[in-house]
Amino acid sequence: MAEKELQAKAKAEAPAKGERVRPGRVFLPAVDIFETPEALVMVADMPGVAADKVTVDLRDNHLVISGEVAAPLGQGETMVDQEYFTGDFIREFQLGSLINQAKIEAVMKDGVLRLVLAKVERAKPRKIAVKAA
Amino acid sequence: MPIIFREPGPTQDPLRELEQLQHRMDRLFQGGFGVERSPWQVGVYPLVNLSEDRDHVYVRAELPGVKAEDLEITIQDNSLILRGERKIAAEEKQVNYQRRERESGFFRRVLALPSRVQPDKVEATCKDGILAIKLAKPEEVKPRKIKVKVA
Repeated sequence: MAEKELQAKAKAEAPAKGERVRPGRVFLPAVDIFETPEALVMVADMPGVAADKVTVDLRDNHLVISGEVAAPLGQGETMVDQEYFTGDFIREFQLGSLINQAKIEAVMKDGVLRLVLAKVERAKPRKIAVKAA
Repeated sequence: MPIIFREPGPTQDPLRELEQLQHRMDRLFQGGFGVERSPWQVGVYPLVNLSEDRDHVYVRAELPGVKAEDLEITIQDNSLILRGERKIAAEEKQVNYQRRERESGFFRRVLALPSRVQPDKVEATCKDGILAIKLAKPEEVKPRKIKVKVA
């Protein structure tokens, strides 16, 4: 990839769905999704979310990833200039390929969630060797 | 600096005046000030929040996945220069992308600080994808309580 300068972008707000108990805004994390022969991998940016504040919920084919952010300001601090807003993250997906629900790996590091969803055996591509008779 | 705005003459057609104004604005946005767009032009990434308390000024930015060694912070007089790179490691295997929303690249930002700071008393931490820079205010700009003496 060519050297490129990053552009500032405001986070997309999550569409409201029912009422939330925690006050504040909710954002959609930016995600990369890719498929390997064995798994479906999701990488989501959730800055400000600690590893123990991430929830990954998979029911049938419905996947929900969410994270709670820590307070943006310390005790006794006042905001002088605010360019970005902070809030929790939530995003939902409908998974197309068949996922092995027992084999899901989630790693949270530096505000980036990496989710590896292993495919079930029969969803994996298989090459069938043709024998010469 | 070229003159951008001029008083319209009393006899001029207002529509024509508007057209001229548009041309001038176009020139302005094309760099009509004679300043070349340099590759090191200061950008606006990352977005930062600035806050303060009695003794410190805090600068925070959301930089998920950016490692401490890819960041460079410089204090110069009243400004803070933030430089770095956000890297997204390439996947080792041949993969099939379905969605790509996360972006990688370089950034450089210069921020004017609300007050002078002590350049030797700066702490920067990167935690959960948030960069937090804590800058100590010098003694003379800190708020001070003055006791009223009873005469």
